[in-house]
Amino acid sequence: MSSQPSVDTTALRKLQPRFSGIESGHGACQGCGQALAARLVLEAAGPDVIVANATGCLEIFTTPWPQSAWNVPWIHSLFENVAAVAAGIEVALRAQGRTTRVLAFAGDGGTFDIGFQALSGMLERNHDVLFVCFDNEAYMNTGIQRSGSTPHGAWTNTSPAGRVRQGKRHFKKDLLTIISAHGIPYAATASVAYPSDLRAKVRRALDVSGPSFLLLHSPCPLGWGHDSAQTISVDRLAVETGLFPILEMERGKVVSSMKIRNPRPVREYALPQFRFRHLLMDTPEAREELEHLQALADANIERYDLLSEAPGPRDSGGADTVRRGGSRWG
Amino acid sequence: MRDVLEGSQAIARAVALCRPQVVAAYPITPQTHIVEALARLIADGLLEAELVSVESEFSAASVVLGAASAGSRSYTASASQGILLMSEVLYNISGLRVPVVLTCANRAVSSPVSIWNDHQDSMSVRDSGWIQLYCADNQEAVDTTIQAFRISERTELPVMVCVDGFTLTHTLEPIDLPEAGQVDAFLPPFRFSRSLSSARPLTQGTLVSPEFFTEMRSLQHGAFDLAEQEILAADRDFGALVGRDSGGLLRVEGDREATVGILAMGSVYGTLKDAHRSGLLGRPVRLLCLRAFRPFPSRAIREASEGLSDLIVLDRSLSPGSGGIVAHEIRSALYGSGRAPRIVNFVVGLGGRNVPGEIFQEMLEALEKDPPAFSIFDLDPEKLPLSKDPVLPTS
Repeated sequence: MSSQPSVDTTALRKLQPRFSGIESGHGACQGCGQALAARLVLEAAGPDVIVANATGCLEIFTTPWPQSAWNVPWIHSLFENVAAVAAGIEVALRAQGRTTRVLAFAGDGGTFDIGFQALSGMLERNHDVLFVCFDNEAYMNTGIQRSGSTPHGAWTNTSPAGRVRQGKRHFKKDLLTIISAHGIPYAATASVAYPSDLRAKVRRALDVSGPSFLLLHSPCPLGWGHDSAQTISVDRLAVETGLFPILEMERGKVVSSMKIRNPRPVREYALPQFRFRHLLMDTPEAREELEHLQALADANIERYDLLSEAPGPRDSGGADTVRRGGSRWG
Repeated sequence: MRDVLEGSQAIARAVALCRPQVVAAYPITPQTHIVEALARLIADGLLEAELVSVESEFSAASVVLGAASAGSRSYTASASQGILLMSEVLYNISGLRVPVVLTCANRAVSSPVSIWNDHQDSMSVRDSGWIQLYCADNQEAVDTTIQAFRISERTELPVMVCVDGFTLTHTLEPIDLPEAGQVDAFLPPFRFSRSLSSARPLTQGTLVSPEFFTEMRSLQHGAFDLAEQEILAADRDFGALVGRDSGGLLRVEGDREATVGILAMGSVYGTLKDAHRSGLLGRPVRLLCLRAFRPFPSRAIREASEGLSDLIVLDRSLSPGSGGIVAHEIRSALYGSGRAPRIVNFVVGLGGRNVPGEIFQEMLEALEKDPPAFSIFDLDPEKLPLSKDPVLPTS
């Protein structure tokens, strides 16, 4: 007879109060990684926050006036200035002696590309702001165009795959290293496939004083071309291939990484996604590009020493699902 | 008590008297002295404020947007390319109805590059939804800066105080700085009705569908009617405290009964007034000083133009392919009003070109020679080596 746990953990989990910063009923697509990631961030951050949100899907699908999905004070200004708006909020709160935490939300376009200057300035000036980048690796809100975050070889509408091109020609910008080079106290990556890790990193980021940065890998079923039911499994493959390493950096140094216990080939990650479909064709060009992608994943594994048999303390392997219940808090 | 102060120092001290909690700026000539002076006031403990030295004007405007939205009185200053770089944010601040005060140290816009004064920068953002007040001298710059905070906070419209670069910002004049008590009596502590607070989570800056967009824009336009009243009230109330006014929406001076008028904005008006006082105009002239460009005081302009047969409108900016910007709006305000004067539009003082007192008599003489509705005054194409090129204007 197998031993039964003495307590019903599922029931306990359902009793755990959870702050819902974003209400259901918004207009995100099914399986939207960004909506999930934003919800997880606010669950961990709690209600005493002010959110500045860059232009993008998250802004659009949560605020069709006169409706709003937000249970926290929220302001959207423009695409490229969210870090500066958040910095302004932070200095005002400091001047007023208020302790509310300031979060800046942006997509990869608003972080890697058009919002990068304001972000760098905010980090340099040491504003006490948590900047969260929801990274879905292209301009999805405008209809899937390539960004500085789009992975090498990926199809988008402005990096199409055709007879002489195999998707994006350039590499994904190594943003975490660039951000961390500002010497900020805390910068980390996380994935929606590992929600307890993601939440722990939000708490850690809010614990430090000064600027902190989270790069959250957030699949976009529409833009990546995968089944909306596969958001979590696809993103787990992004981590298990080494293409998206899960890291923590403090003052420019890597201090922890989530180990890969079950390394997967990039072909397996590419298979369910339309954006990599051309790499799976039986042509020399496709094979070459897929090899490039594999080499990039291997380089990450080597650079961050990602392979290990040891269990990752925050790699719940799916046990901590995002579907668990929970009573409303507040 | 009057002190001899550089315009920028005086403006900085006026800002400090308004007790802003957040100042954000990026350096650009000729705005720098204002922000440097504020930085020194903060460093000396004379002003308790957060100075955010940002990495661009775009972020300067964004920081004050965030700070005012979070409930702090906020100030920034810029000029020229800086105003253009922040223009996207300027529209956004106004649309969000966030009260902010900005000093524009007016300067030409590149290209050709010029660090000197004209009004091309502020004119290029005239449709951004900011109140625009133009200052004729540094005393007006001081008083208008203080009034601007109250106007902005009562109307929830941002205010741009336009001060001619170098001509005013770098010029020493005797200035009567108000006492702190006078400013405190005039300007209550900052309170923003929609400030961001986790105790009352509001959503701001949302997506608005075609069903509601027109109504929201209409509200923004309607606020400028209130702004006219608040500009007049601020000038009246502050004037009662300090014993002088700054010209309300539009100042009318000179020979009220004259049939010829000259309208100017900014420091050129000071020169015009001097020329009138010292008899350089050679004939009776009604002087009009347009202080409020947004809201555009159409009714005040109609009243001030009554009895005029000719009105010379001076523009210090140019809409290439069209003409002077102020004059177009003056014409529009007077169109259809029975006895509207003939409007003769001269563009002067571009890129820091001096506008001497003698120039006005030349303009008045030109009036007699049936001048075109628009021309660039004080123009000498022969100065340019390519002056025979057919694309350049000839006399």
